[in-house]
Amino acid sequence: MSTGALTPTTYINHHLSFFAKPLGEGTFWTLHVDSLLTAVLLGVVGFGFLWWVVRGATSGVPSKLQAFVELSVEFVDDQAKGIFHGDRHKFVAPLALTVFVWVLLMNAMDFLPVDIMAWVYEHVLGLSNWHSVPTADINTTFALSISVWLLMIFFSIKVKGLGGWIHELFCTPFGSNPLLWIFNLMFNLVEYVSKPLSHSLRLYGNMYAGEIIFLLLGMWAATGLVGTIFGALLGAGWAIFHILIVVLQAFIFMMLTIVYISMAHESH
Amino acid sequence: MNINLTLISQAIAFAIFIWFTASFVWPPLMNAISERQKKIEEGLAAAERSKKDLELAQARSTDTLREAREKSTEMIGGAERQAAHLVEEARAEAARIISQAREAAEGEAAVAAQRAKENLRDQVASLAVAGAEKILRREVNAQVHAELLASLKSEL
Repeated sequence: MSTGALTPTTYINHHLSFFAKPLGEGTFWTLHVDSLLTAVLLGVVGFGFLWWVVRGATSGVPSKLQAFVELSVEFVDDQAKGIFHGDRHKFVAPLALTVFVWVLLMNAMDFLPVDIMAWVYEHVLGLSNWHSVPTADINTTFALSISVWLLMIFFSIKVKGLGGWIHELFCTPFGSNPLLWIFNLMFNLVEYVSKPLSHSLRLYGNMYAGEIIFLLLGMWAATGLVGTIFGALLGAGWAIFHILIVVLQAFIFMMLTIVYISMAHESH
Repeated sequence: MNINLTLISQAIAFAIFIWFTASFVWPPLMNAISERQKKIEEGLAAAERSKKDLELAQARSTDTLREAREKSTEMIGGAERQAAHLVEEARAEAARIISQAREAAEGEAAVAAQRAKENLRDQVASLAVAGAEKILRREVNAQVHAELLASLKSEL
């Protein structure tokens, strides 16, 4: 970290760059090992925990741990029940649970103090430029939103048939008059493009901005004692507010996932 | 902020986690929850049923009690009536026996009086005949005057 002068630019760049491993020619063939490894670790821990609790689940009096898991799962299930009309237990509700738990855990990595974690990564684990928050990586959020988008198209075609889906592309929302086909198609294309974009960029933007604000408050500490005190106070305030954002963004991401998938199931 | 291979790898991780949740986390937990719901439902239904049963039993016991009370009142009434009847009968029987005895006694007395009267009459007649015999020893033939004497006796 500390090679060269520590300027605001190098500080922020340092915290926002990824532990990238090139795997081939061109910029596409690189892997953000930090995002992937953190995400997979969190997933394994989170879903492993759920699995561990569920494996010992009883239909009698539940343990406190099981009650907690049931509460969370029923919360997700209630949301799915409200939006999705059909057999949600087969796919939609588990999908929503996966999204919620995973995104929540990845967002929650934002609570770890950036500079202390950077020091730990670099001096304890020997990893420079290790980035804690997978959802502040646009690749992660797009991976989620594009997966959901593909599922949406898959369910559209599965439910309505290929012909039905194409019919809907051309004949909704304005009507089936041939003069309107081109407008319908353009409208639908805009919708199909905007859905994954807004879905992923909302989460990414919130997490990325949250990190930037932590970094800016951290930079304030470099200006002296007063800056340090104010930076710490505001940093604490922002962290508290961030609890809301972390949960809220996970919730919104889950809700949009359910909404998109259920829209795919319904004909206009 | 480059789109790169991370996207695909994360998508694969996502797919694996979805599969894992949908096959190993969601179904068993939902089974446990719905089973518990069923148990609670059954328990509530059983409680409701037993409450109804209890109400029914209470109603039945009240009915039985009331019936028993009515029957016992009826029985007491019947017994009292019967007792009164018996007393009445006994009283009537006693009266009948008394009157019968009185009649018998009266009849006997009448017969005795009659007999005494006849005796007396006989004796008076024989006395009269004896007197008359003494007076009329000579003139009166007992055989000749027997008819006369008999008519005299009946007239007494």
